[in-house]
Amino acid sequence: MINYDLVVVGGGPAGMAAALKAKECGVEKIVILERAETLGGILEQCIHTGFGLHYFGEELSGPEYAARFIDLVKETDIDVKINTMVLSVNDDKVVTAVNTVDGLIQIQAKAVILAMGCRERPRGALQIAGTRASGIMTAGTAQKYVNIDGYMPGKKVVILGSGDIGLIMARRMTLEGAEVKVVCELMPFSGGLTRNIVQCLDDFGIPLRLSTTVIETHGKERLEGVTIAQVDNKLQPIPGTEEYIECDTLMLSVGLIPENELTKQAGIELDRITNGAVVNEMRETEVEGIFACGNVLQVHDLVDYVTLESQIAGEGAARYILGKNTDEKVYINTTPENGVRYIVPQKVNIKSKEDVKLYFRVGAIYKNKKLTVEVDGNILSSKKKVKLAPGEMENVVIPASVLATLNKNSTIKVRVED
Amino acid sequence: MKKDMTCVACPLGCQITVEIENDEVTAVTGNTCKRGDAYARTEVTNPVRSIHSTVKINGGEHPVVPCKTSGPIPKGAIFDVMKEINNVTVDAPVKIGQVFIENVCGTGVDIVATNNDNGK
Repeated sequence: MINYDLVVVGGGPAGMAAALKAKECGVEKIVILERAETLGGILEQCIHTGFGLHYFGEELSGPEYAARFIDLVKETDIDVKINTMVLSVNDDKVVTAVNTVDGLIQIQAKAVILAMGCRERPRGALQIAGTRASGIMTAGTAQKYVNIDGYMPGKKVVILGSGDIGLIMARRMTLEGAEVKVVCELMPFSGGLTRNIVQCLDDFGIPLRLSTTVIETHGKERLEGVTIAQVDNKLQPIPGTEEYIECDTLMLSVGLIPENELTKQAGIELDRITNGAVVNEMRETEVEGIFACGNVLQVHDLVDYVTLESQIAGEGAARYILGKNTDEKVYINTTPENGVRYIVPQKVNIKSKEDVKLYFRVGAIYKNKKLTVEVDGNILSSKKKVKLAPGEMENVVIPASVLATLNKNSTIKVRVED
Repeated sequence: MKKDMTCVACPLGCQITVEIENDEVTAVTGNTCKRGDAYARTEVTNPVRSIHSTVKINGGEHPVVPCKTSGPIPKGAIFDVMKEINNVTVDAPVKIGQVFIENVCGTGVDIVATNNDNGK
């Protein structure tokens, strides 16, 4: 058994920021365990820009954003094990991992930070009828083929799902000479940023078909075409609207699933909306000393917010390890209401001496509404919002001075209202 | 002539219509702020974009290394610039910011590396 103060599972933006913050707070022995061959996580294949506007005040590409943190990690004595697969984490904070250098290793940690990120929803989750021809892949897989391996996966492309990865890949494939025929979106609105719809689709005349889905794939060895159809307000295909589109590639950009297998194994409770762990304001899970941050906790819109959240987890883990966590703890739940789908953190220690920021997403597009925070029946804040969209994370601050007035029966509610 | 567009000056995404006569903007409608007006005028007179792509690399950790334009280029030059990017092969090692192509297609903008590659 090897001993570390802190084990960080995952070396993407979340894991690196958390480890660096813990180091800065005085934690001595830290190791980052990373499944891939490099640190950086998904940023390595996100070669478009738009990262870092909030955190660095400049617009960086994914690899540039990651490189800044990789350089910082290298300057410290944080150990990094790449090509390392974590097999289990238990509630005694024993982490079991395997790689080709060390073989099977067991690490006893004082604290663990879970930063495994997400994987993409695969075809199997969609139940599209048809063959198992090659040429059907997630947008992220295609992105790795093109941007890391320098390999074009197809020439005539249909994209299902208008999340940002799908939009970005529509542009990327077009730039490299492919013909992107259409982007289909099941919902009546796109989950992607407006800027991406304009600069990735409109710029190249790629049509976006809302309330439309792929109902069948055709082709034996290689994909030859797909059948698309419009859907009704129950998201069911409308008979008679079917349309055949010839293509050799179908890319799926239909959502992300936090990779919480390890979290579940450790017996940690998950939030059924975020599919991430239930955490307190320091991003500590229901198991003491195990923290979670980044996309494994909640799917973020901007990596800048991943960094900020992970720094909180890193600081929380440091306090736990260094025994600075002795303050009294009285937790109350945060309650999402009317239009607000979830809130992270799900619970807040009212004895916390610092302001607490609540992050959340709304469930639909709203225009000219108010975001209202109600504490113990009183309106704490009510901010006018010209537009709210499910694609963008929102946040509100609960000041420490307000927390100090609360008791164990207090309530914090956030909602959308007129 | 009328041109419809979605404003990206902020996340609101106003639908703007620009009227053009004899190469001059005569009216901008649908915008809800001044920034929208400015965005629409630039979009019809001199639209610019940044490009992100990859170039082939010899002896690299991967077959390609990512790159970007060091500043925005005219929208109409996008595919010419892509052709230049795809004609280049560089040698490892590569450092972020390293210039792959100077003044690409006479735009006054360089193609620069956006990742490090220390080689195999």
